[in-house]
Amino acid sequence: MKLSLGPILYYWTREKLQAFYEEIATAPVDIVYLGETVCSRRHIMRLGDWIELANMLSGAGKKVVLSTLTLIESESDLKTLRKIAENGEFAVEANDMGAVHLLAGRVPFIAGPYLNIYNPQTLSMIAGLGAQRWVIPAEMSRDVLQPLQQSRPAEMETEVFAYGRLPLAFSSRCFTARFHNLPKDDCRFLCLDDPDGKTMRTREGQPFLVINGIQTQSALVYNLIGEMGSLRDLGVDVLRISPQSGHTAEIAGLFRDCMNHRINPELALRQMGRLMPEAACNGYWHGRAGLEQMVHAGERSAALAEI
Amino acid sequence: MQPEYKLDLVSPAGSLPALKAAVDNGADCVYLGLRDETNARNFTGLNFDAGNMRSGVEYAHAKGAKVYLALNTYPTGDWGRWKNAIDLAADNGMDALILADPGLMHYAMKTHPQLHLHLSVQGSATNYEAINFYREHFGIIRAVLPRVLSFAQVEELAAGTEVELELFGFGGLCVMAEGRCSLSSYVTGESPNNCGVCSPPKAVRWQKTAKGLESRLNGVLIDRYADDENAGYPTLCKGRFEVEGETYYAMEEPTSLNTLELLPDLLRVKIRGLKIEGRQRSPAYVAQVTRVWREAIDLCVRNPKSFSVRPAWTAALGKISEGQQHTLGAYHRPWK
Repeated sequence: MKLSLGPILYYWTREKLQAFYEEIATAPVDIVYLGETVCSRRHIMRLGDWIELANMLSGAGKKVVLSTLTLIESESDLKTLRKIAENGEFAVEANDMGAVHLLAGRVPFIAGPYLNIYNPQTLSMIAGLGAQRWVIPAEMSRDVLQPLQQSRPAEMETEVFAYGRLPLAFSSRCFTARFHNLPKDDCRFLCLDDPDGKTMRTREGQPFLVINGIQTQSALVYNLIGEMGSLRDLGVDVLRISPQSGHTAEIAGLFRDCMNHRINPELALRQMGRLMPEAACNGYWHGRAGLEQMVHAGERSAALAEI
Repeated sequence: MQPEYKLDLVSPAGSLPALKAAVDNGADCVYLGLRDETNARNFTGLNFDAGNMRSGVEYAHAKGAKVYLALNTYPTGDWGRWKNAIDLAADNGMDALILADPGLMHYAMKTHPQLHLHLSVQGSATNYEAINFYREHFGIIRAVLPRVLSFAQVEELAAGTEVELELFGFGGLCVMAEGRCSLSSYVTGESPNNCGVCSPPKAVRWQKTAKGLESRLNGVLIDRYADDENAGYPTLCKGRFEVEGETYYAMEEPTSLNTLELLPDLLRVKIRGLKIEGRQRSPAYVAQVTRVWREAIDLCVRNPKSFSVRPAWTAALGKISEGQQHTLGAYHRPWK
């Protein structure tokens, strides 16, 4: 099983990005996804800058993939998309069927988590177009994944979003700008102030969602570290860690240790307690509401032993 | 010869009486779904079985209207159920199928090549490259656009594809890009993509408390109403939440979409379908909305230059809208 680092979903300054990826260059991840996938207005990094980072990470032994924007609305978005599709060097993760249209039959690609691949028929169609790996939709459970794994086309790898705040929704409205009472076209890029997004709580204080520009995320952290057994049994090839502003390399380290049987999942999850921005959830994997946290027998006994 | 351009009024039907109301009040097309999770309005007591679907098609065809079947969820598990629904549509003379799942499109195209395919709004196609993808691989003839584009973006998109475009004109307003929202399954386990529902009624609880009337979705507090406030259905993106000490409609107010004033632009860009949301609404609602839009479209077609929205239309639609507020949504750029 390999470990990947998903694209950064937030808007960070150039300095922060640089420092982050320098740390990642020595972190125990095999694959790194780079690029802006959320908002077309974010422009600190141009494609050339991403390619520069890609070369640095590639030199450090990482497999680099360029990720495309998820919500493609304008001709200028398409222009950027074409440049990424034609980069000629790095693999591309397609996050919209428009990207698939540009890549199909030309270059092998990775089918991103927003393409809505929910059944073996669609998976086999997308494989026929040249996808060599696919990322399951975040809301997919292990039981729904199972038949797709059994019938998946030869050579097709499966990647699962295994750690991070869940990207739940995309809108054309910017909720960060809305919070500041600004129109999107004059947003002043205030999402730079929120390196982990803005938490939205219910009126009784429950951390519920996170505002990240046009994206809405879960406030809880989806964490499948405790599910290593079923991930292995299902033949999942890649586990994805979604970056957060702090402790990402440590999280990757704990996943790696767990994958290599150097630490048991219960202990790893406990150690992550101080590294996660909010409590963990894993409901989707169990076919339940995403925000639920199913506790394993092993964890229960470990918790009891502590009392 | 190119067929003459015409804007179709596409009305919702959650039942046979609603279908008749739509047809009798001037809908060019009616769309409906089956009574299960194969479509995105999978509500108890709603939708069609094979028998009344056949009656509906006969009724509409006799009066010159078309019928579309919405099969716009993504099958997980019981593939046969969706496959049978496609076969049923083919056997019952459906004029088009509204699909989102590429696997289903592939099946429909191979098995029933005569069936017209429309790309559902749940297919999340917001640019012409995506639409042309579905055209090239599955031969779709029409695409329903997600409610996220500004009208200028719609215009730009229209120039890049020969696929007919259908826009939502009136009814419930999704703030999120359709097909790319799993907020509902995050809270309740069921989402539009996998179950055909959003914020499902079975997860809703109302509770009178000392602080006010509370609406909850699977236990999560969506909103709380003071005595003088009107309580709305707890669609989770339309609740009030707290961000950094401010409590407000963090995503969207309870409001509905109304694009009457855009009609001349829709005709200019040759949009082919004007879609009314609301298969979950009553036959009386469908009749009222269809009647207003029929009159507005006919008037605009006759004289687009002098078209203006009649106050009587706005009043009639206002009475039946969610939250009794209207917006142009994303079509009007400042909404974003």
